[in-house]
Amino acid sequence: MIWFQYFIDAVALGALYALMALGVGLIFGVMRLVNLAHGELLTVGAYTLFATGTWPTVLRVLAMFVVVVALAVVMERVAFRPLRTASPATMLVMTFAVSALIRAIVQKRWTAQGKAINLFNDLNKGFDVGDIRIKYVTILSIVCGAALLGGVNLLLNRTELGLQMRAVATDTRIAQALGIRTGRIVTIVFVVSGLLAGVALILFAPQRAQVTPDYGLQIGLIAVIGVVIGGMDRLGPATLGGFAIGFATSMMFNILPKAQRVFLDSAVYGLVIVVLLVRPAGLFQRERQVTRA
Amino acid sequence: MSASTDRRRDVVQGGGPLVIVVVVALASLLFGQSVQLQFHTALVTSAMVVGFYVFTGNSGVISFGHVSFVAVGAFAAGMLSMPAGQKAGVFPNLFGWLRDSSIGNLPSLLIAAVVGGLFALVVGAALVRLDGLAAGIATVAVLGITRNVLRNWDKIGPGAKAIPSIPQTTGLWQATWSLVLVVVIAYAYQRSPAGRRLRATREDPLAAQGSGISVYRERLIALTLSGVLCGFAGAVYVHLLGSVTTDQVYLKLTFLLLTMLVIGGTTSLLGALVGGLLVSGVNSLLFEGEKGIDLFGASVTLPTGTSEIALGVAMVIVLLARPTGITRGVEFLARR
Repeated sequence: MIWFQYFIDAVALGALYALMALGVGLIFGVMRLVNLAHGELLTVGAYTLFATGTWPTVLRVLAMFVVVVALAVVMERVAFRPLRTASPATMLVMTFAVSALIRAIVQKRWTAQGKAINLFNDLNKGFDVGDIRIKYVTILSIVCGAALLGGVNLLLNRTELGLQMRAVATDTRIAQALGIRTGRIVTIVFVVSGLLAGVALILFAPQRAQVTPDYGLQIGLIAVIGVVIGGMDRLGPATLGGFAIGFATSMMFNILPKAQRVFLDSAVYGLVIVVLLVRPAGLFQRERQVTRA
Repeated sequence: MSASTDRRRDVVQGGGPLVIVVVVALASLLFGQSVQLQFHTALVTSAMVVGFYVFTGNSGVISFGHVSFVAVGAFAAGMLSMPAGQKAGVFPNLFGWLRDSSIGNLPSLLIAAVVGGLFALVVGAALVRLDGLAAGIATVAVLGITRNVLRNWDKIGPGAKAIPSIPQTTGLWQATWSLVLVVVIAYAYQRSPAGRRLRATREDPLAAQGSGISVYRERLIALTLSGVLCGFAGAVYVHLLGSVTTDQVYLKLTFLLLTMLVIGGTTSLLGALVGGLLVSGVNSLLFEGEKGIDLFGASVTLPTGTSEIALGVAMVIVLLARPTGITRGVEFLARR
């Protein structure tokens, strides 16, 4: 039965990382941009929740979403858009710079000491089925992950706006020549990525209740790794990659003997390297699509 | 191109950076002791950037993992040269051969270079076949593993503690000669047939392969050399610091080295050097500013944390204004 508990825990972590990977994967799909600063959206959102600690919950959540979405849009306008024609390496370094800059600013404002977020802590509660403990946040993570992946897929494939997004992704200049306002489309993509980060934060906050300047760093980095090992070219595989890395991390944590747990990071990163070597185009990518890319 | 213009070019493009190094080193003598120390740090950090450049600049493949080589060099030199008498007390779990011995300055630098090179060779043998993003992510993974192992395997390292009492043998003299050495090796490599073949793969991978160049082999050579130089620079660095923890050779240093390389200009040796020295200089200035400096009689104190914000802003601005860096990736007095 203990294995089933491990499984549940692993699914919970996987679903959370999948949500982050969905945001990173969406931006990559449309912009060809790997956003290493996506995790900082969580950090800034978490500090917003801390700063508005005395407000009514609805207003706090609203303020958090406004700040996170605004930050995503500003990032794109100020730092990423001017580099659209630069090399991918330059763009990558820019997102890295933005992430470091945001961390430096929040550290200056709120110091490196942890601050309590206090949002929906009750989600950590749960119920027992036999001797299996299921937390509400686990169920919510899975539901949100699946619903948002489905929703974003619908948006991309079934709406006029999604069609325009895909056109921008395929060829920005031709899209522009066809009368699509590409700048506006890219802004909307960042708005959506900000919303996804906000939802991820709501699910993450009960599980890590103290915010520090590197709050989103690790989870953002892992999401990017997940997207790359899942397969960047399509949203589904990218999101699954995020899920897989969360699932594997949690499983390995429980499987490793206690004395060896300190080497969990090495085990996860080692697995990442193996996957990259065996399936450089993506774990969940069909071979046919690999040659196309 | 005739042999004599070739030689003249080597004198200008290889000699120019050396002159800069010597001028900066001599300039440090004009200042007081604490500022001199910052000059030494600048020289050593620049050696790391040049070591980093040998791979990333010549191959065009971005790496987030080079601090791994700096870290193993720093830890190898630090653990080996810490006085044997103290080791048993502070780190009882070490392997016997490591616990009961201690070596001098030069041997520790040499061993660090070898360890850095071997590590890079092993990593490279597996990873240099990867390209683009997969390569970037794989190097992040290598850095993560390096830190995790150095921090937790207490048979070879200090664990979460610092390595204390490392002899501080790096002063102006050692910082300068080691940077000169790294620059000379980097220049010699990029002008060698192997270096030119690698630069060809950077400019046009398909054409280079069509001319019979093995991208895998050339990248592996560069990465190994880069590992040697970074390991060496890491060792020089711990002999400057006197103590070191894994946090000092992790993400912050990665960001710093990357900033220096990008601000200077990724594709030239001059860019790596100028970026290293200039960013160090600005950083020191801001750092002094946080402590308070006298500026034309008025005392100015910058709020703490300013230097990191300024570094981030500087990087964003340089990337926006000059995506190819302040040297535009061109060598000393060279025309593009």
